[in-house]
Amino acid sequence: MTMDTVDAGMGKTVMCLLTDPEGTNLGSAMYIPQNAGPLQLTHLVNNFLNNEEMLPYSFYVSDEELLVPVGTYLEKNKVSVEKVLTIVYQQQAVFRIRPVNRCSQTIAGHEEAVLCVSFSPDGKQLASGSGDTTVRLWDLYTETPLFTCKGHKNWVLTVAWSPDGKHLVSGSKSGEICCWNPKKGELEGSPLTGHKKWITGISWEPVHLSSPCRRFVTSSKDGDARIWDITLKKSIICLSGHTLAVTCVKWGGDGIIYTGSQDCTIKMWETTQGKLIRELKGHGHWINSLALSTEYVLRTGAFDHTGRQYPPNEEKQKALQRYNQAKGDAPERLVSGSDDFTMFLWEPSVSKQSKKRLTGHQQLVNHVYFSPDGKWIASASFDKSVRLWNGVTGQFVTAFRGHVGPVYQVSWSADSRMLLSGSKDSTLKIWEIRTKKLKQDLPGHSDEVYAVDWSPDGEKVVSGGKDRVLKLWQG
Amino acid sequence: MPQGDYIEQHRKRHGRRFDHYERLRKKEARASHKHSTMAQKSLGIKGKMIAKKNYSEKALMKKTLKMHEESSSRRKADENVREGAVPAYLLDREETTRAKVLSNTIKQKRKEKAGKWEVPLPKVRPVAEDEMFRVIRSGKRKTKQWKRMVTKATFVGPAFTRKPPKYERFIRPSGLRFTKAHVTHPELKCTFCLEIIGVKKNPNGPMYTSLGVMTRGTIVEVNVSELGLVTPAGKVVWGKYAQVTNNPENDGCINAVLLV
Repeated sequence: MTMDTVDAGMGKTVMCLLTDPEGTNLGSAMYIPQNAGPLQLTHLVNNFLNNEEMLPYSFYVSDEELLVPVGTYLEKNKVSVEKVLTIVYQQQAVFRIRPVNRCSQTIAGHEEAVLCVSFSPDGKQLASGSGDTTVRLWDLYTETPLFTCKGHKNWVLTVAWSPDGKHLVSGSKSGEICCWNPKKGELEGSPLTGHKKWITGISWEPVHLSSPCRRFVTSSKDGDARIWDITLKKSIICLSGHTLAVTCVKWGGDGIIYTGSQDCTIKMWETTQGKLIRELKGHGHWINSLALSTEYVLRTGAFDHTGRQYPPNEEKQKALQRYNQAKGDAPERLVSGSDDFTMFLWEPSVSKQSKKRLTGHQQLVNHVYFSPDGKWIASASFDKSVRLWNGVTGQFVTAFRGHVGPVYQVSWSADSRMLLSGSKDSTLKIWEIRTKKLKQDLPGHSDEVYAVDWSPDGEKVVSGGKDRVLKLWQG
Repeated sequence: MPQGDYIEQHRKRHGRRFDHYERLRKKEARASHKHSTMAQKSLGIKGKMIAKKNYSEKALMKKTLKMHEESSSRRKADENVREGAVPAYLLDREETTRAKVLSNTIKQKRKEKAGKWEVPLPKVRPVAEDEMFRVIRSGKRKTKQWKRMVTKATFVGPAFTRKPPKYERFIRPSGLRFTKAHVTHPELKCTFCLEIIGVKKNPNGPMYTSLGVMTRGTIVEVNVSELGLVTPAGKVVWGKYAQVTNNPENDGCINAVLLV
């Protein structure tokens, strides 16, 4: 591969060093013509890495994205030609998701506010839980109701699909958990009891750790988290230690359970015996939400954008492969959002000190979410803004303003290029990460939007709220 | 001997009838039937009075029965499904409903119109007139009692000159005149000695306000140009209100808290 080795004296080239996000250099410093833009740099990187197919890359110079030819960038920022320019390249997702712009269907059915919605990991099924104590399954092709699952005694607060898509579990305000068969819409067994107060979160064990999905962990207001086995239909381990309500729980890819609580601490538990490994302190008020850098991959398991189905024995390997790819060489990162208006970025397996404190919000942070490729962190706050942070260093990138009411939830598109936010002001907004601007405004709900989800195959967006209807949006 | 005692005397001497207790028991057993016939047959006001008494007794009986029925065993309270379902992240938060917010803003506007402000001491002990004034006797024979001397701390402005002594009704002794007050900032918790500009309102009455009497709870205006406060528009603030928090006539100084 020959590059134009024109003298630096001609003023037409600049010395550049390409590095990947973790810091390893790609080759040595080389001369690159000044009219080289992102496209040419992409070719260059693909050649250096000997990729079989042309993978898309995005380039960053000192944390700013490089969208114009290198020469223009140099002129604008008055960087000297004589210094070596470090360009960080990051791989973008191969597939591109179309932005959603219209409401394809408004499906009524729930008799009370819709409290939670979730797509199955393969993106073919949709479940929603509501204040009328039912869980409803919806058909995505005809956009009509499929099943109404009755069995809960009080509001259904959370629903969670197993990463292999075979089980659906929902938790309610009376502390019981119901397991449903998604194909038939029936209750499997009887409701699981054990928690004394309402369930705040459910998280499944990743597929790459145990192939037919059996275990999941639930967190509750009564201060403990319980690990359940769906085949035994009972609680195996009870993780107690928190003094106040546990607001969120996540099962990490390395087999550690993270629980965030109102007592301002995050506890890490090991899953074989339920022992406390570490406690992460730092927040000054309730912890509202946790997010892991590999969360999206753990949720979707072995399914990816190609939509292939794998036989059970291959699922585990494929899931492990996807997990390792998403994780990279760096340890898993955790971000926690709290009522004290700040978030902390942790590397929990490395140390119990936080890596960075992300400040900037002017009201409590309600929801934090890593992008599927782990490069960005989005945080939704009651101060009507959504903030974007660098997923690796935790540095603040931009604030998306546009909502006129507290922003309740965010969701990423599967290619990490778009971010969706739902708010109390009854609108949903899609923000584009590349231009850092509002891409699409989705009004239409008549009351607060409580839950949003983007399907893993990127085709549809679902939103539900206080007006008791489910809206499906399409590109 | 009183007449009732003869009956008793006879009972003591000769005892009662042989079937007395039997008859008494049976009579008492029939009492409910008798009461019931009386209640049914009585007419007019008497009937109503009996009915009312019966009803109150019935209600009392029902209450005591209910109390006895309450078992000490605890049962899990059946939580009814309530209205207004909210997701898990909103459950522990008391969000003011939209209606409440609207009514709050209206109430705020009304308060502003009425001129009722929030002050640190909303209520103070009212000071009576005889406590506030002392009667000064004047005249050749010291019989005239129309003059009054103020016994509390007062503020007179810098351009104050007394009325001709023959005609002044209210005497404000110079020993009780104050020009400066020790004003505390409530949030910063630091105290400054600031000049008083004027007495705005004395809670005991408009007469005292016009006299410039400063008792506990009086709102005074103080000169805050020393503090260097600036309004959002960029103008320098030089006067602010403060409320007197002590009894200056007892202490010899005026302590006040700034109203921010």
